[in-house]
Amino acid sequence: MAVLKKVEQVMMALNGDEAVAWAVKQSNVDVVSAYPITPQTIIVERISEFVNNGEMDAEFIHVESEHSALTAAWGAALAGARAFTATAANGLALMWEILYITASTRVPVVMAVVNRALSAPINIHNDHSDTMGARDSGWIQIYSEDAQEAYDNTIMAFKIAEESLFPVMVTLDGFTISHTLQNVSVLPDDVVSDFVGVRRIPRIKLPRIHGDKEIPLMFNPKYPITFGPLDLYDYYFEHKVQQNEAMKETFPIIERVHKEYGEISGRSYEPVFMVPYRTEDADAIILGLSSTMSVVKKVVDDLRERGKKVGAIRLRVFRPFPADFLRRELSKFHAVGVLDRCISFGGEGGPLFNEVRSALYGLPSRPIVHNYIYGLGGRDLPRSLIVKIYEELLSARAEPEVPVVKYVGVRE
Amino acid sequence: MSSQLVGWRDLPLGAVAFISSKEYPTGEWAVFQPKIDEKKCIKCGLCWMYCPDSAYRWDGEGVPVPDLDHCKGCGICEVECPTKAIEMIRV
Ligand code: SF4
Ligand code: SF4
Repeated sequence: MAVLKKVEQVMMALNGDEAVAWAVKQSNVDVVSAYPITPQTIIVERISEFVNNGEMDAEFIHVESEHSALTAAWGAALAGARAFTATAANGLALMWEILYITASTRVPVVMAVVNRALSAPINIHNDHSDTMGARDSGWIQIYSEDAQEAYDNTIMAFKIAEESLFPVMVTLDGFTISHTLQNVSVLPDDVVSDFVGVRRIPRIKLPRIHGDKEIPLMFNPKYPITFGPLDLYDYYFEHKVQQNEAMKETFPIIERVHKEYGEISGRSYEPVFMVPYRTEDADAIILGLSSTMSVVKKVVDDLRERGKKVGAIRLRVFRPFPADFLRRELSKFHAVGVLDRCISFGGEGGPLFNEVRSALYGLPSRPIVHNYIYGLGGRDLPRSLIVKIYEELLSARAEPEVPVVKYVGVRE
Repeated sequence: MSSQLVGWRDLPLGAVAFISSKEYPTGEWAVFQPKIDEKKCIKCGLCWMYCPDSAYRWDGEGVPVPDLDHCKGCGICEVECPTKAIEMIRV
């Protein structure tokens, strides 16, 4: 991370949830709809305090479920508002239907998801089964490593969403980030407000057969339009291809917004999609998401001191999946261990592993890729186990025909 | 439905409807269609009011006319008609 402090920032002691709430408060948000769920609750509690105290000029909608929370945010955003909501685990699962609808109608809602395990049994601690399950719903997904990044990602998310016309999920690990106090550099209100600006409404062109009309993409009695009504075998496929192709075009938008944010904050997170750590001359790499990678980096430091050529790569953006970047970055290593904090039941390894291995398959020379499923329901991943993973990767011989998928830290 | 189908590059964003419901002959699904006995009809308009597909055309005075391009044959009008003027006929 390049540090070129451009504006004076204040250091505040915030936990990850509070950091998100601060970012929302500063981002000219018009509507927040919310249903509290652990470990997300603090986000909407803080926002409701801000609104109550007059510190934030937004409409706060109390709803009776997460399904309604996202529906309200979606409706508000369709009417031209900048809308935010937050959720976790089962709450995200309850939003399922509207996740797809929000994405397919290209509505730029921003949502913080505090990653938490899915039931049953009920567990309030961190893993990624919630957002990994939502990976196909058409939302951009950005994973945060700490509270600072949760703050920065939330601000950037509004710009990314509105410029790409895709909803964005900013994720932060339950409790590890959401409830842990950290020093967070907070930008001045006006700087954030200028950065995100006021929401602009895009215009859409109707096809020639309908008279070449250009109308705003929003609910507006002057130009009545209907969103997502009925589309059978004649057009549904075209709509989905259009959506998928558009998602691939969000890479440059995501990069540009990070660059612009880097210029005002000094925190640019470059490279944007995956952050390498001591990968130069490394033989074995661990690739993973979010807060776990802080610990992995410490282990890399320890092992480097002992002369082991190891490194780490943290993936920041999982959707759109940066396959091209991965191909370029990973082909030079001997072995890559992919950390999945999620199980894909009946699948061949975790979701991250599946896509990484698939991205590398066509390369003439590709690394050995192993999958390590860890930390479900908040289970700790101690340094000693990370060391073991590195040892295994360093001594791995050839890419096996049958993928190696292991559970790390589970009792046999 | 329009015969000029456009490709994905030419679709408006956001799954916005650009083909109006008039152009979707959803009545093609129907297995039954209503037939009104004009002699029994008292022109109360209940069939027009209850039809979930707004398939009836009615000027407020004469006998309502079901638009069979959009009637899906649910039979609600038959049940609601107070004079039993509507009979559902298998297509
Ligand atoms: S059968 Fe159903 S859809 Fe058809 S006209 Fe009667 S009420 Fe309407
Ligand atoms: S409900 Fe029956 S009586 Fe009334 S207008 Fe319709 S057909 Fe005629």
